Amino acid sequence: MAELKDIKEGTEEKEYQTLNLGPTHPATHGIFQNVLKMDGEIIVEAESTIGYIHRAFEKIAERRPYYQITTLTDRMNYCSSPINNMGWHMTVEKLLDVKLPKRVEYMRVIIMELSRIADHVICNSVIGVDTGAMTGFLYIFQQRELIYEIFEAICGARLTTNIGRIGGFERDFSPEVWEKINRFIDGFPKALKEFENLLVRNRIFMDRTINCGPITAEKALSYGFTGPNLRAAGVDYDVRVMNPYSSYEDFEFTIPLGTQGDTYDRFMVREEEMWQSISIIRQALDKLKKEPKDVYHAEVPEFYLPPKEDVYNNMEALIYHFKIVMGESDVPVGEVYHAVEGGNGELGFYLISDGGRAPFRLHFRRPCFIYYQAYTEMIKGAFLSDAILTMSSMNVIAGELDA
Amino acid sequence: MTKEELKQSLSTHLPTATFDEAGEFLNIIVTPAELLPLMKDLRGKSEYNFDYLFCLTCVDWKDHFMMVYHLMSKDHKHVLVVKAKITDRNKPEVETVCHIWRTAEFHEREVFDLFGVTFLNHPDLRRLFLEEGWPGWPLRKDYVDENMIEI
Repeated sequence: MAELKDIKEGTEEKEYQTLNLGPTHPATHGIFQNVLKMDGEIIVEAESTIGYIHRAFEKIAERRPYYQITTLTDRMNYCSSPINNMGWHMTVEKLLDVKLPKRVEYMRVIIMELSRIADHVICNSVIGVDTGAMTGFLYIFQQRELIYEIFEAICGARLTTNIGRIGGFERDFSPEVWEKINRFIDGFPKALKEFENLLVRNRIFMDRTINCGPITAEKALSYGFTGPNLRAAGVDYDVRVMNPYSSYEDFEFTIPLGTQGDTYDRFMVREEEMWQSISIIRQALDKLKKEPKDVYHAEVPEFYLPPKEDVYNNMEALIYHFKIVMGESDVPVGEVYHAVEGGNGELGFYLISDGGRAPFRLHFRRPCFIYYQAYTEMIKGAFLSDAILTMSSMNVIAGELDA
Repeated sequence: MTKEELKQSLSTHLPTATFDEAGEFLNIIVTPAELLPLMKDLRGKSEYNFDYLFCLTCVDWKDHFMMVYHLMSKDHKHVLVVKAKITDRNKPEVETVCHIWRTAEFHEREVFDLFGVTFLNHPDLRRLFLEEGWPGWPLRKDYVDENMIEI
């Protein structure tokens, strides 16, 4: 029998099929549509359609006071929303030129690294599920639950956390939170090791993921990749090291790199990053012991809501409370760009202020939006099942893609 | 290159450009016609070597549009913000840069979709988020929608 590729197009024996992958398909983990031109099992051409959950966050943000924008950032990458929240707070603090106490910065580092672990846990366990290995997913997901319990104890919410305020945290962490963090840090390495034992040297998993959806370093840079996907291709770029924020320069950690930029490398980079995150949290817990206790926010009365009992009993607190809620606080005119290393790449905030109560213009630089552009090229010539795996290994999240 | 060296070098390279050093990064403001040759040099010349376009967006300043390109060089570790001022509000046009940085393709479609800026020589300039035939350009300051409430 003649090979499929030898048969000429337009002849009787061969015709392409059009396949709609998505928008609502369990395997695409979100609302993405890809119109695929299929030659049997092989993808000849792909065209992506996005915008199914576009909510015009940039427009909404132009009509909201600064402290209300965290609810929008929550809903972008909802797997690691505390990083988005704190990225936004740091952007405003950069505009206001506020210096935070070290203790607050270390507390933020702990929360951000916990959410990075939560994000990577989801991504890596889902790569396992898409290759047919359900067990790892079931084992490790319990750990994400523990992280969400920590968030819940801090701010009352689990997924859309709205954690922190401009200038710090709304309240100090309770002893229960510290206990939960310590317990998680003690227990998680064992669970992660168990998870790795299931997949890292698993022959089926390796055969399935090595050389699946590769991208070269040069192409990844040109596409504007960041985060684990760029590092898997072998470029050592990490915002935490290039432009340290929130005192990341005080910590010792390594940036894991891949070589091939394929699904297996992306998986391994994320695995190693989780180990690094554990180490960063341990260092932060050590450093916190030397910092003065009970400091959980900076002195920015114009932006940090005073405690309610002060509002009733203290003239100044009442004035500031009124000014913040009514949007009368003076904001400097200017423009800033601030980036944080989000769960899946560089999350940037480009903010222009004209001195009003709401941003004049706010642009979110969303890593998922950038990855998804390369997706159609990465899956060309691949099998359909590899296309699903490539998408889950890039960790494209619909909320952040559309924003 | 440091901020000053970059400014020195660029002002001899393009004498007509204006600079703004108020913020964290060096800003260079050019006309839409000057944009593409400048971008080609910024990417191609080894002393600049801006290989990474990390943020592309547009700002509506009510009387003009400002295209904003954040560029970084991985090797030299310097950052430059290129701004192109588009004064014609009725027919905003600028050359595409997606042949220099692939990432610009989607970003420019996003800007086209929400601001209505046309990118000349763009390979696939269509609406990205909104459906075809959507009335108006939502991120413009003068956009009105019946569901918007005055605050």
